[in-house]
Amino acid sequence: MENLIALLVAAPLLGAAVLLCGGRRLDAVGHWIGTALASASFVIGAILFADMLGKDEEHRAVGQHLFSWIPVEGFQADIGFQLDQLSMTFVLLITGVGSLIHVYSIGYMEHDERRRRFFGYLNLFLAAMLLLVLADNYLLLYVGWEGVGLASYLLIGFWQHKPSAATAAKKAFLVNRVGDMGLSIAIMLMFTTFGTFAFGPVLEATGETGEGKLTAIGLMLLLAACGKSAQVPLQSWLGDAMEGPTPVSALIHAATMVTAGVYLIVRSGEIFNAAPDAQLVTTVVGAVTLLFGAIVGCAKDDIKKALAGSTMSQIGYMILAAGLGPIGYVFAIMHLVTHGFFKAGLFLGAGSVMHGMNDEVDMRKYGGLRKYMPVTFVTFGLGYLAIIGFPGLSGFFSKDKIIEAAFAKGGTEGWILGGVALLGAAITAFYMTRVMLMTFFGEERWRNQPTPSPAESDVEPAAEHRGTHAEPHPHESPKSMTIPMIVLAFGSVFAGGFFGIGDRFLHWLEPVTEHAHGHSPLSATTVTLSTMVVLVIGVGLAYLQYGRRPVPVVAPRGSLLTRAARRDLLQDDFNHVVLVRGGEHLTRSLVYVDHTLVDGVVNGTAASMGGLSGRLRKLQNGYARSYAVSMFGGAAILIAATLLMRAV
Amino acid sequence: MNPVNYLYLAALLFTIGATGVLIRRNAIVVFMCIELMLNACNLAFVTFSRMHGNLDGQIIAFFTMVVAAAEVVVGLAIIVSLFRSRHSASVDDASLMKL
Amino acid sequence: MSFPLLTATAALPAIGAIATAAVPAARRTAAKWLALLVSLATLALAVVVLVRFDPDGDRYQLTESHSWIKDFGVRYELGVDGIAVALIALTALLIPFVILAGWHDADPLETHSSRWRPTQGFFALILAVEAMVIISFEATDVFLFYIFFEAMLIPLYFLIGGFGDRAHAGSDEHAAAQRSYAAVKFLLYNLVGGLIMLAAVIGLYVVAGNFSLQEIAEARANGSLDMATNTERWLFLGFFFAFAVKAPLWPLHTWLPNAMGEATAPVAVLITAVVDKVGTFAMLRFCLGLFPEASKWATPAILVLATISIIYGALLAVGQRDIKRLVAYASISHFGFIIMGIFAMTSQGQSGATLYMVNHGISTAALMLVAGFLISRRGSRLIADYGGVQKVAPVLAGTFLIGSLATLSLPGLAPFVSEFLVLVGTFSRYPAIGIIATFGIVLAALYTLVLYQRTMTGPVRPEVSAMPDLRVRELAVIAPLIALLIFLGVYPKPLTDIVNPAVKQTMSDVQKKDPQPEVEAVK
Repeated sequence: MENLIALLVAAPLLGAAVLLCGGRRLDAVGHWIGTALASASFVIGAILFADMLGKDEEHRAVGQHLFSWIPVEGFQADIGFQLDQLSMTFVLLITGVGSLIHVYSIGYMEHDERRRRFFGYLNLFLAAMLLLVLADNYLLLYVGWEGVGLASYLLIGFWQHKPSAATAAKKAFLVNRVGDMGLSIAIMLMFTTFGTFAFGPVLEATGETGEGKLTAIGLMLLLAACGKSAQVPLQSWLGDAMEGPTPVSALIHAATMVTAGVYLIVRSGEIFNAAPDAQLVTTVVGAVTLLFGAIVGCAKDDIKKALAGSTMSQIGYMILAAGLGPIGYVFAIMHLVTHGFFKAGLFLGAGSVMHGMNDEVDMRKYGGLRKYMPVTFVTFGLGYLAIIGFPGLSGFFSKDKIIEAAFAKGGTEGWILGGVALLGAAITAFYMTRVMLMTFFGEERWRNQPTPSPAESDVEPAAEHRGTHAEPHPHESPKSMTIPMIVLAFGSVFAGGFFGIGDRFLHWLEPVTEHAHGHSPLSATTVTLSTMVVLVIGVGLAYLQYGRRPVPVVAPRGSLLTRAARRDLLQDDFNHVVLVRGGEHLTRSLVYVDHTLVDGVVNGTAASMGGLSGRLRKLQNGYARSYAVSMFGGAAILIAATLLMRAV
Repeated sequence: MNPVNYLYLAALLFTIGATGVLIRRNAIVVFMCIELMLNACNLAFVTFSRMHGNLDGQIIAFFTMVVAAAEVVVGLAIIVSLFRSRHSASVDDASLMKL
Repeated sequence: MSFPLLTATAALPAIGAIATAAVPAARRTAAKWLALLVSLATLALAVVVLVRFDPDGDRYQLTESHSWIKDFGVRYELGVDGIAVALIALTALLIPFVILAGWHDADPLETHSSRWRPTQGFFALILAVEAMVIISFEATDVFLFYIFFEAMLIPLYFLIGGFGDRAHAGSDEHAAAQRSYAAVKFLLYNLVGGLIMLAAVIGLYVVAGNFSLQEIAEARANGSLDMATNTERWLFLGFFFAFAVKAPLWPLHTWLPNAMGEATAPVAVLITAVVDKVGTFAMLRFCLGLFPEASKWATPAILVLATISIIYGALLAVGQRDIKRLVAYASISHFGFIIMGIFAMTSQGQSGATLYMVNHGISTAALMLVAGFLISRRGSRLIADYGGVQKVAPVLAGTFLIGSLATLSLPGLAPFVSEFLVLVGTFSRYPAIGIIATFGIVLAALYTLVLYQRTMTGPVRPEVSAMPDLRVRELAVIAPLIALLIFLGVYPKPLTDIVNPAVKQTMSDVQKKDPQPEVEAVK
């Protein structure tokens, strides 16, 4: 059975190779090949899952060693896989949601002449992501880690002819590279500390070294997680990443890749457990991002960017939970899975809306769409209820547990973190209600629109690519798109209850991640009740603002905070001024230095040599007698010197 | 007679030759002065040979004569062709020995 | 006596060079095919060397030794260790691609007279360089090495100065002036380095009494040859300077961007992927082998220079406007990594550095040759003259992207393996330098992706709208290189198996042991 693990990765990898090298011949069938191989991976995952359920808890973790990868003396890197409950959870999420999104893309990308390549990239992503969660050592994880970064780069920039997409792709890769630097330093630290970087030996040996080393490793891992999971301070790429096609946003930038940071932290639990300082920083990063993403999400008019802010915020919850240690690991992963369902569903819904609206993304130009897109409305609505934590739906079970665990951290920290998590829940309710109301309710603001000028087309993904700017005729999407949405909506509704009731998920994951029950200063009921209260406040405020009053088509100026939030809280401006401009000046001055100083010294030497030889040349005047004088003079000096030496 | 005196003579001849090379302009005279220097050397070689009682010096003197003869042939040819092209035998008139 | 395999490997391209040069003017195509066949035959010989080499056997294998200049103790001594075998294989592998990529680079222009034979000369010179590089990797006699180390400058000088890039922004005269400036600069830099090395070679002879690498190293190891500390340091510096010019190390690097910018793309590959490797290889073999104490003494300074090279080269690459100069500065950054790995004095660092030499050769060849194909289509080297190429020539853009990704050391491609080994090896002894060098990987992503974005993406510029995609010949050049990059990225074991024992020997030369992991050190 274990030998099937490699096939999990190999199937989509084969798909990517065939589709990307196959050439135009495969254009007609490319999307079927891609979808078939993604589903094949899901089927293999399901078989392995069934096999795993049949075993006792202690024997569920299996491994497969393929071959020795980089053997150099003490440095032994292997290509080997490890499949335990944690990896299994991810495998099912990745291949399951991945296959659904492949199906969805068949319809969504139907008119794109490069559809074959799109599926090739999607398969490449699946392979890299599966490698990331199946690797049995950090170096192989790093391969998957950068592999998903590459796939994300290719997919964000899929519509490369648009400069904004190409720039967004590059930005995503670069910011991720900063995080990757953290991961590679962490691996190097592990190697010098433990002499290995395989999960098992490293995590078992954490007791044998000092807290300082572990804190350093933990912080570097956190840096990596920040890059991949778009956490403050490396969050700036996620909003721009929405330039990619919507299925990509759903799969990579909502459900799977961006949660890799959470996986990394939970997987390295033993390191963080032994490094309280690193844990504290992790919770702070999570809490700050949670608020940051939520505030940004409130101000964006672009439906995908609003959802991106939400993703950031929800991953903030997960990172917060992961930073809480054993009391939070399970809930971080549980929220990750439920989030995977409802956020993917929301994004697919947004894609479906855009599909029917000529790729318009500005919510101010939506309104009243529930009549025209009933299926999208219902599935999006269920996702909405799930994310705000409506009782009984997925988000309710997973988010509630995180808030409870945050309070259980204890002390002042516990109160602050718990308070932030509650506040976040309120803002989540606010911005999601805003999205819902602006899109599906209210007056039909898309009627009688002036034709957008070409300059605006830059901000609308795919507008140039797809079509005309005439008044949209909203319509429901084809079956290939609605069926995945319906499946995900099922997940959004029932997954939380299935996992949460009877602590089913906790028992499943506990052998891998450990679990400790925290002692919350507030009882579980109090937490749930206060969550309900802030939920009602958030929804109510949004209703007052966007439900009762008409939504202006042109965004009002807004308060200072709104304007800052629209610009991602000025993070980009900071990056631009400090990093981009500063970097430009630095490289330009270095080019100058290289030319004038480093090269100048050499050229100067050459020039002075030339001058010197010009002067010496004058001695050579062509007159035989002057040569004779120098010869005799030279001979005289030599003789004199010889005599002098002898005398001494 | 003390052989050292021959060395004094050789030094004197060499100095006369060298001075001639440096101050005379006529190529033929310069040439003769060079011959004088060569012969001064020959005299010194032969004297040393006598003083040290081995034949090396005399052998070298023969070599020098051969080289000198060859040099005369080449040198005179140069002077003649120089004279033909420039109608002058002054060494200062020819300053083409440079780039 | 057995068949002199090493001599044959070096002599074959040398004979091929003469034969190619002798092909009559009208039979241009025959000359090209002859050169290609000779390079392929050399590759076959190199494969035989690779197979006959036993990684676990003696340090130097397939040795040949003949007396040459008896009075000075100069011998014709050849022998290969694992590092040399790997680099000979790299050289022999890349030359056919260089020849194939430069197939039309030296076709005579219509203005040339019919007796002009540039094509024959071009390919003959490339083969001559190959012969000299291979024998430099094989020589175990310091003097023999020195001769070929210097002699290879001559064909390269003509390759740079005589066969420039036809895509030049300025007028023909301006291009010619730039070209001869680049060629002279290349020659002078390397001659100065060579001169100083010659002094050190003579100094070594005075001290040791012979030129044999093995004898001197043995005598030093068993104490029969005692070198004063200062003497050793001066000799080391003399050798190191020459290798640092060739490698090139900051601040001796400025000849490389000029040379790579002005030469044709295949010649640029020849310089950076093959010839410059002689410099780093010689650091490992001669600097560490002959002067272990001085090497350790100079390590901190060299590591600092290497780190500066890494960061400085990468920053300058970001600021370039010319595609080929950008690749040149990227190479300077990569050579910083190689030198850092050599002088980190750990197994990982040195194995990584050797792998890096091979992998950098392949990855730069891939990137530079595709860049050359691109440049030849548009007739310009300026990044700003391109845009949207991926729309009209997707295969070209795809291969260019893979070359770029290899340059930024994406995991899964070969350069990642070597770069990570170098970083780990350095980090385990000098954590601060390891961390600073890690910034290089972020900058590498910056310059390669900016290059890709500006040339390949965005709206299609009218000048490139009719650009043809890769032709069969060009694909035949790129595809094997890419396949090799992926293979060595996933399964580098065949290479590490050859290199590791040689590195172990080098480590014992300098009497260094890998630092113990902290946990084991406590036990």
